[in-house]
Amino acid sequence: MTDIFAKYAGLKAAAAGLTAHSPRNPFGVVIDHPVSATIGVIEGRETLLFGTNNYLGLSQSKAAAEAAIETVRREGVGTTGSRIANGTFALHRALETRLAEIFRRRHCMIFSTGYQANLGAISALAGKDDVLLLDADSHASIYDASRLGYAQVIRFRHNDPADLDRRLARLKDHQGAKLVVVEGIYSMTGNVAPMREFAEVKKKHGAYLLADEAHSFGVLGEHGRGVAERDGCEDDVDFVVGTFSKSLGTVGGYCVSNLDGLELIRLCSRPYMFTASLPPEIIAATLAALDEMQARPELRKQLQANAGQLNRGLHKLGLKTSAHVSPVVAVTLETVDQALAFWNRLLELGVYVNLSLPPATPDQHPLLRCSVMAVHTPEEIDRALQVFGQVKAEILG
Amino acid sequence: MTDTVESISSMIVEKLLANPKVPRDIDGNSKIVEDLAFDSLAVMNFVMEIEDELDVSVPLDKLADIRTINDLATCLAALKSGAH
Ligand SMILES: Cc1ncc(COP(=O)(O)O)c(C=O)c1O
Repeated sequence: MTDIFAKYAGLKAAAAGLTAHSPRNPFGVVIDHPVSATIGVIEGRETLLFGTNNYLGLSQSKAAAEAAIETVRREGVGTTGSRIANGTFALHRALETRLAEIFRRRHCMIFSTGYQANLGAISALAGKDDVLLLDADSHASIYDASRLGYAQVIRFRHNDPADLDRRLARLKDHQGAKLVVVEGIYSMTGNVAPMREFAEVKKKHGAYLLADEAHSFGVLGEHGRGVAERDGCEDDVDFVVGTFSKSLGTVGGYCVSNLDGLELIRLCSRPYMFTASLPPEIIAATLAALDEMQARPELRKQLQANAGQLNRGLHKLGLKTSAHVSPVVAVTLETVDQALAFWNRLLELGVYVNLSLPPATPDQHPLLRCSVMAVHTPEEIDRALQVFGQVKAEILG
Repeated sequence: MTDTVESISSMIVEKLLANPKVPRDIDGNSKIVEDLAFDSLAVMNFVMEIEDELDVSVPLDKLADIRTINDLATCLAALKSGAH
């Protein structure tokens, strides 16, 4: 009998190599429980959380918790069905209407996760005779969407509208529809897409543009609608995909558009149709989180200020960070051993960040992905920077 | 200018040899993943450089069938002739 795991021998060796050099498994951290949005208990210690996607701190929203509790008492814990069968409650419709209003678009579909929103929207939009053009640094959900659908897939250089322009020009005789996919803020590096330039290129070639604003919704733009709002080019972004699992603190995903065809996608998108819909309490919590996001624009201001403090602070320590100031700050290190030692030491000194290793990183270098929240206090950010400084001196000299 | 499989293959080998980590004894029959120790991301990134050189885009599904440098050259030559 062939060992079904034999193909993972290389993975097994790599994982064993990691844990041999690390006092703990970097991919097996357990947060015993959160104490607040910014602090969690890890290994019995209160630890500052600088590696989440909880940009506004809303995972700990009291109003969202109350809404969930009240709804779960009234409607139960789950729907047990697909959106196209028994899984659409009035709440699902209410959330779709609400998101469409927020984005000022006619149509909205919600999915059970953001991963499924990309999978379901992109795989259904780009069909057999179409071409999908993806930013090279796209999230796994976008790459997976490209494999679920039947379109031809072309990758363009990260954040490079000129490269996209060349590739679209090569396709000038291609008869199918062309769909360009970019992200607002890139989750690993914090890089921000030049959305307006992408929009110009897609208009020039008659392509469609889909923006995944997973990390930028609630974060950028005057009303928190993301990079397209910030850059004043929302009308040229045909589809926006996003998630509830970052700034809104719950779980779920969506796709909004002004194009009426989006309604047809409900009847052919497999990741929409063949999975259970979100539980009602999650919908209620998400609606409450949206209320809070809209009622407290000062959260976004504070988030920008905090992002600046963390970016500048890490930069001043002489660490290698991206030029973009966004709530995600990646510190690039040279070797995996360095990154592993750095990450472990940060955790021992009470600061949790994400460790990201190649090939999951864009440029073959390991990253310490740090993210900041609106509800971090300046003192908490200073404390994290102080720990970074100490660990840098210990590990990098 | 016509790009033949042979001329594209030797251009690829030349580009690869510019990377000091690549073994010195490669030729058109070298297997990209096994002999060059490229992971899937490295393959995609390397193909981007070649795409610029030849002014073509290689769809990702085509990459799945490519094992050797000559396979890549054959694919590129076909794309190139289809494009003109
Ligand atoms: C850019 C991007 N898109 C989509 C997702 C998927 O979101 P979700 O966690 O809701 O599945 C993520 C997060 O992992 C992401 O970073």
